[in-house]
Amino acid sequence: MTKKEKAFLRATVAFTILFATAPVANAMHIMEGYLPVAFCVTWGIICLPFLAAGLISLKKRVKENRKTITLIAMSGAFIFVISSLKIPSVTGSCSHMTGTGLGAILLGPAAVSVLGIIVLLFQAILLAHGGLTTLGANTFSMAIAGPLVSFGLYKLCEKCKLNRKVSVFLAAFLGDLFTYCVTSIQLALAYPSESGGIAASAVKFLGVFAPTQLPLAVIEGILTVVIVIALESYARPELKAVGFLKEV
Amino acid sequence: MAKKNKKLILGLLIVAVLIAFIPLFALKDAEFGGSDDAGSVMVEEIHGEYEPWFTPVLETALDGELPGEVESMLFCVQTGIGVGIIAFVMGRFVERKKWMKDEE
Repeated sequence: MTKKEKAFLRATVAFTILFATAPVANAMHIMEGYLPVAFCVTWGIICLPFLAAGLISLKKRVKENRKTITLIAMSGAFIFVISSLKIPSVTGSCSHMTGTGLGAILLGPAAVSVLGIIVLLFQAILLAHGGLTTLGANTFSMAIAGPLVSFGLYKLCEKCKLNRKVSVFLAAFLGDLFTYCVTSIQLALAYPSESGGIAASAVKFLGVFAPTQLPLAVIEGILTVVIVIALESYARPELKAVGFLKEV
Repeated sequence: MAKKNKKLILGLLIVAVLIAFIPLFALKDAEFGGSDDAGSVMVEEIHGEYEPWFTPVLETALDGELPGEVESMLFCVQTGIGVGIIAFVMGRFVERKKWMKDEE
């Protein structure tokens, strides 16, 4: 073996060891069967009132003004597209975005929980991505907690009279990140670490999720801004109907 | 659409694409493994061996995992449904705006 070859071999071995220790992949949703039964049921029950509120609010909106149907469809479709795109991230693994920010800003957080659970069901049944048993927990993080943050933040920015595009970006960006924080906490609650309890475990899970998700959250913010600009230019009557734009 | 917005959208899209693809070129040796087997690695690290107590319905029905190609097809179906709806609705909006202008 020549010197060069030896060096090459050493480098490859070093790489293998490095990657054996580094977390290879990241999860968006909690995997099927990875939460104890009690947690699955609890999260599921927590989601129920939100889903009920969502159905009622959707029904009310459509009844008040049929124009909103197109925006509801757009928000749902946006979640479908965005959450199906797996994007490589700086940590060397792939993850995907939530896409729930748009719906939360346009329709409010309750309505999004209904749209979100449709997507989660699709992925759980057909793609073995996420899962039926963890549906409750995943719905809570992606379709309830994230949108709540997006919605609240957007309203706050509106109060502060921040530029609308900036507000939309911030809302979608932080809503996406928050989804992952909730997922980490959910996993930590179910799997407290032996030495440090729930908090230590949460930090550990966050350490895996956060760096991967950060750039993706930026992309999500950008895409949400783009679609809002498009809607602002072409769908003013609908945006007024849902109260996103004030009547002039 | 205002010219300023057009430029902004173009710029934003370029940034988004760059963020998405730079890791691919910057980390040539990374695996970019599927995002799915994911948290399970961490769970095992904290909890020791863990046996999932429920397998995905489709995997039970198929007696095994979904072939990778089929899975990517299903992901494409999901994207397709979404893009289809967005494109249809946006198309209607854009055309409608033209008509509204004519009436003014």
